[in-house]
Amino acid sequence: MKIKGQGVALDDLDWRILQILQEKAKLTYTEIGNKLDLAHSTVYDRIQRMEKHGIIKKYKAVVDLEKAGMQQITALMTIHTDPKEGEHIASKLAEFPEVLEVSSSFSEELVINAKVVAQDQAKLHSFIAQSIAPLPGVLRIRTSIITKKYKEETPQPFF
Amino acid sequence: MAVSSSRVLRSVLREEAFYFFTSIGNYTGQSAASLDEFLEKIKEVNIKSLEFHLYREDFEKWVAQTLGDGKLAEDIKGLRNMKVVGNALRDRLYFIVSRRLKDLKSAPQASR
Repeated sequence: MKIKGQGVALDDLDWRILQILQEKAKLTYTEIGNKLDLAHSTVYDRIQRMEKHGIIKKYKAVVDLEKAGMQQITALMTIHTDPKEGEHIASKLAEFPEVLEVSSSFSEELVINAKVVAQDQAKLHSFIAQSIAPLPGVLRIRTSIITKKYKEETPQPFF
Repeated sequence: MAVSSSRVLRSVLREEAFYFFTSIGNYTGQSAASLDEFLEKIKEVNIKSLEFHLYREDFEKWVAQTLGDGKLAEDIKGLRNMKVVGNALRDRLYFIVSRRLKDLKSAPQASR
């Protein structure tokens, strides 16, 4: 890994370590080293540096809430906004614990996209009606409730 | 119980306004922060929105809990019980709310 000013250049080994960690973050340095034919100290050094530079942001557990017995629904919101308020609305959305992801996208107009979870449809509606619709600059909202997930890939592929 | 007409006729905060949806999570962009605005929106909003909120009892709750008008809430409940839909619902709801507005405005101190 080379440090270039503000940016960080990763080499092939770094990328391979990241790929392994994305799939199974609980592997030990030795186990990762065995997969890549590297000493565990080399793996340790590289991971430490990537953590230090914020390339590895955090390690977390992906919980299957259904198996854990928790009933909840997930919905995708498309929020049409006044362009002047888009940034502010996205920031406010990001503060709600019910909102898992927030992004903006552009097709015919700029919209804010958000993934939101709730215990049931009534609570989802209350949240949107009481917390999202009143935000200044929200023009309209389209919400789709996810009925079935066909793929939920956590590791991000490196192209 | 006597109702203060000025209280019912006031404009409420943005967070307390009525937001019109056509279904769960689908906000039309239309809202009403007073009974006057509510009457105007009844004429304009998608009929699906009126049907969605009437049968979820949202109108009654907002009118009673936010505006504090139990009489109008009872009238809307009566409309709900009639199972009216479509433009007949729009016309009937408009009539009920406009009649109540007229009563409230003609009795500025208090109204039953």
